[in-house]
Amino acid sequence: MPDRGTLSRREMLAVAAGAGLTAFVRIEPAVATPASMKAAIRSVVGEAPVKQGKVKLEVPPLVENGNTVALAVEVDSPMTQTSYVKAIHVFNELNPQPNVISVRIGPRAGRARISTRFRLADTQTVVAIAEMNDGTFWEGKADVVVTLQACLETL
Amino acid sequence: MAARALVNVPKTAKRGEIIEIKTLISHVMETGFRHDSVGTVIPRDIITDFTCTYNGTEIFGATLYPAIAANPFITFHTLATESGTIAFKWTGDNGFAAEASANIAVE
Repeated sequence: MPDRGTLSRREMLAVAAGAGLTAFVRIEPAVATPASMKAAIRSVVGEAPVKQGKVKLEVPPLVENGNTVALAVEVDSPMTQTSYVKAIHVFNELNPQPNVISVRIGPRAGRARISTRFRLADTQTVVAIAEMNDGTFWEGKADVVVTLQACLETL
Repeated sequence: MAARALVNVPKTAKRGEIIEIKTLISHVMETGFRHDSVGTVIPRDIITDFTCTYNGTEIFGATLYPAIAANPFITFHTLATESGTIAFKWTGDNGFAAEASANIAVE
């Protein structure tokens, strides 16, 4: 059995390689791709499966100005002490960053509905994920067509 | 610069009623992805966190990202449990902090 207190050369190299890999992964592209959205979703849900349904995303299907887009997310949940929504996360595919908003709620909300205004850099799909208190994840999607893009324009 | 915050909470509610809370705060929400006319990146300046407490207990919290539009507008719901104060707090880049509160009477 190896000595727990000290790192062997092999372990040291593995740690260094891991650190190098992390630094590499953190270089983000200028535009979030569907792959980076998937990665962002994975970082929230972990290994848990994401089921379709229960989450309703309300976004206008055609947006003239991507700088302010109304967004509402409603999750089908009784919101009681035994069955409630813990968190709602919203993601996008093609903005420079895949995250939009992460919300913590609980049984005291009474109703699992939030709304806000966000930016859209391009015509794309918006995804909302709801985390239930029993550890399951549910997903809702909406496609949006954007004519004036936000985020990347120059002054 | 003091940010102007608007909160909309019903003044009175019945016990157990679901009330809607609307909040709006003035803020540029500069994304950090835009460039000025000479090509330098305009540094990010956004609100990153928003929390709402009901008589000291957190009932709603949000993490905001640059994708949130300027002047963040957030609405959510809560159960009117008891009379008291609903307090709101926004924090963000460059030491940004703002607070607001509203009183509610529950019958």
